[in-house]
Amino acid sequence: MYPLKYHKAASVDDAVAILTKGDSAKLLAGGQTLLATMKQHLAAPGDLVDIRAIAGMSGIKAEGDTLVIGAATTHAEVAGNSDVAKLCPMLASLAAGIGDPAVRHAGTIGGSIANNDPAADYPAGLLAVAATIVTSKRKIPADEFFDGLFTTALEEDEVITSIRVTRPKRAAYAKFRQPASLFALVGVCVADGAGGVRVAVTGAGDDGVFRHDGLEAALAAKWSADAVKGVKVASDGLLSDIHGSAEYRANLIRVMAGRAVAAS
Amino acid sequence: MTKVTMIVNGKAVSREVPDETLLSDFLREKLRLTGTHVGCDTSQCGACVVHVNGRAVKSCSTLAVALEGAEVTTIEGLSNGELHPMQTAFNEHHGLQCGFCTPGMIMTSVDMVARYKSEGRKLTAEAIRTELEGNICRCTGYHNIVRAVEDAAGKM
Ligand SMILES: Cc1cc2nc3c(=O)[nH]c(=O)nc-3n(C[C@H](O)[C@H](O)[C@H](O)COP(=O)(O)OP(=O)(O)OC[C@H]3O[C@@H](n4cnc5c(N)ncnc54)[C@H](O)[C@@H]3O)c2cc1C
Ligand code: FES
Ligand code: FES
Repeated sequence: MYPLKYHKAASVDDAVAILTKGDSAKLLAGGQTLLATMKQHLAAPGDLVDIRAIAGMSGIKAEGDTLVIGAATTHAEVAGNSDVAKLCPMLASLAAGIGDPAVRHAGTIGGSIANNDPAADYPAGLLAVAATIVTSKRKIPADEFFDGLFTTALEEDEVITSIRVTRPKRAAYAKFRQPASLFALVGVCVADGAGGVRVAVTGAGDDGVFRHDGLEAALAAKWSADAVKGVKVASDGLLSDIHGSAEYRANLIRVMAGRAVAAS
Repeated sequence: MTKVTMIVNGKAVSREVPDETLLSDFLREKLRLTGTHVGCDTSQCGACVVHVNGRAVKSCSTLAVALEGAEVTTIEGLSNGELHPMQTAFNEHHGLQCGFCTPGMIMTSVDMVARYKSEGRKLTAEAIRTELEGNICRCTGYHNIVRAVEDAAGKM
């Protein structure tokens, strides 16, 4: 690691002020991605703004049929929360499948979606249930938030404060793990919720998380694992690497979509 | 530089350290608690796992200055004169060979057993394997580690 200045933000305004003034300042949440990136010198912020101590930044509450998840809530807390289990069990099982226990004790939902790794789990889950990302400036629908590889709609001085998820009628996430990284080789989330019937895919797109029209149409017509069997999933625009070719991932998308529907 | 105070293995310690100091370096170099090992330094291997406020985390991926007031337990803090049941079980079941991964394996396993107990969930051999996904061992082939955790779980 190289020299940096650590700040513990007392409020969202405080965090924004340091972000604006600082030397290529960056927010710090669980540090599970950012610290590793800094060790590799892929990021070199002079100032780090820790948001975890800000009041209201972590924790989960239910407002009627809507879950409000603080941005600094850890994966372990989402996995074990009773409101999540009641309103959107898909998110609890998704969070329980992220990385390993130590990663889940530290890593946060806000850090995960701000990072928008093309193989991360939350982007698929939140896009499928048409979640809303609440920031220090505005409310961003998931459809507009995820903007491609490691890219989001966030501005430099914008802080995610919470994520809002309206109870879907049904939803499930099926992940085919890349056993070394623990991330998704392919992960598919199917949901019938606030955004209608949706199928969101992570781990496979060469531009990050995406929705699949063909699978959505099939499930909108008939919500059953059999309905996705006949859907053609093209390999265009899919990732191809040592872990799997684009064709292999295309096939996995269909298979994982079927498993997700079966589990919903 | 920031002065940070935390409770490590039950004792309050204060040190003035550069802000970028990782908890693993803080423990090993400032406090000379070298039982916490650094294998990969990239949060892959789990050799550096310690407990922060009762939860297993990777100390190579945690900043020391962020832990003002926190309670940290390392492998050195597990035994109180007598070995912890998890340490005894690793010994009895040959859950280690070179021992490099062992501190992290034990800290992860103690956290795992405590969590399953508090949630009233059954810790099967399969669950132990899944829970140990973030801890890599290049020697044992894991079978004896799983046996050790199963045995200790009954005694904790
Ligand atoms: C071994 C390992 C396995 C993993 N496996 C998986 C996996 O299976 N699936 C998966 O999805 N992820 C996985 N991850 C990633 C993990 O989920 C991280 O916790 C997550 O990507 C980042 O969250 P964080 O809280 O640690 O963020 P940090 O590392 O602290 O920050 C990440 C980025 O987000 C920004 N940021 C943080 N909080 C906010 C906020 N509130 N507003 C705006 N920007 C913010 C930071 O500035 C930084 O750029 C794994 C990580 C490791 C180390
Ligand atoms: S040294 Fe921390 S995970 Fe390997
Ligand atoms: S005993 Fe040698 S790495 Fe596990």
